[in-house]
Amino acid sequence: MADPTARVLIVDDNKVNRLLLSRNVQMQGHRSELAENGRTALEMLRREPFDLLLLDIEMPEMDGFAVLEQLKADQQLRDLPVIVTSSLEGLDNIVRCIGLGAEDYLHKPVNPVLLKARIGASLEKKRLRDQQKELVRRFATSEVAEDLQQSGFSLGGKRVHASVMFSDIRGFTALVESQSPEETIELLNTYYTLMFDAISSHGGVVNQMIGDGLMALFGAPLPLDDCAGSAVAAALEMAELIEQFNLERSAAQKQAIRIGIGIATGEVVAGYTGTQQRATYTCIGDTVNLAARLEAHTKVAGRRILIDKDTQHALKDRVRTEALGAVPFKGKTTAVDIFAVAAASPA
Amino acid sequence: MDESVIDKAVYAELQETAGSEFAAELMDTFLEEAPRMLAELRNARAENHAERFRRAAHSLKSNSNTFGAAKLAALARELELKGLDAVPSRDTAALTALENEFARAAAALKDLRHG
Repeated sequence: MADPTARVLIVDDNKVNRLLLSRNVQMQGHRSELAENGRTALEMLRREPFDLLLLDIEMPEMDGFAVLEQLKADQQLRDLPVIVTSSLEGLDNIVRCIGLGAEDYLHKPVNPVLLKARIGASLEKKRLRDQQKELVRRFATSEVAEDLQQSGFSLGGKRVHASVMFSDIRGFTALVESQSPEETIELLNTYYTLMFDAISSHGGVVNQMIGDGLMALFGAPLPLDDCAGSAVAAALEMAELIEQFNLERSAAQKQAIRIGIGIATGEVVAGYTGTQQRATYTCIGDTVNLAARLEAHTKVAGRRILIDKDTQHALKDRVRTEALGAVPFKGKTTAVDIFAVAAASPA
Repeated sequence: MDESVIDKAVYAELQETAGSEFAAELMDTFLEEAPRMLAELRNARAENHAERFRRAAHSLKSNSNTFGAAKLAALARELELKGLDAVPSRDTAALTALENEFARAAAALKDLRHG
């Protein structure tokens, strides 16, 4: 059980109500802070953390309905449990509070026994919700976690314009055989740390890691203005970081590693696939297949970064590229124009 | 004492759940605050401000219920529901009735504390 002492914010324009609620909350072993109207309450909520809000509706400056609306629209505060305590007339007002996300409604004067039960239930719900959020945070990228929080979980995808990147370590199998498993894990951890850093600093999201390979999305789940430019910038930074890493490795008498990166841009279907019990955020479509083929083709072409025509076009000459002609890829009816990002030296 | 002025059971419960000392302090706060709400009702009436009128009546109703001042709460509730219509501008009888009821409730509450 978590710390049973909660920080409760009580907002009521009426002094008698404020003092009485505060007394009740304190007698239940919680700490209370007081606010006289909605505006002050929101300021306090945005400044310091609270576990629960006891909210009056009838207030000058900003009433309880407006507070509920603002909380709902606030990414940081939308999950704060709110118990409305009011002596409002009319069932429709109570319905409105619940519709706006209030956890519960208690009629004034508030019965202390009921209040205790409702506070207990709200705090327990908050604890479970926090736990769930923590789990999502640990197992999903922050972007996916945010997307999940905002739009909820539902299987099925939507069409988005995005750049897809595949990257892996060249000759990884041979490398694994030449060193201890512990060394391999350590190498992979360093490699992933560097790659995640480069990708996320350009707005990308790593959504799959398989062995030494990874798949990253630019433009999903959150839209990105210049997804192709961001993906290529990330790729260049990845190549650069690997160069630096190799300097350290050669100083330690270790074999240098080489990576290959493929990037394609276009429409993808992005969303959650799997079952209701276990699902993953991913992208599918021709663009994804092409990016994977480009990455594989880096071996053949002897180039570090290969991109498709749509990516090259979106770069608008900001990055030097070299046309390598049309390549017939498996699964493609026509040959595909491919480009090497020229800033990278031959692999 | 006239039971319709203060419902003693309500006040006894307040003493029991919040503590006698706290209940007495809270009563003092109410006796300080309520005259402001009554004045606000008159001002809002004079300035034709429906929202402030309703809010003041609402506040008074809410607090009256806390102390078991049933009749005062009922009068305040009527003003809250009817709004300015309850008090036509030249006829403030409803406000006078409310003020008189508050005076009775305040006296009864003070008796309760000392008794």
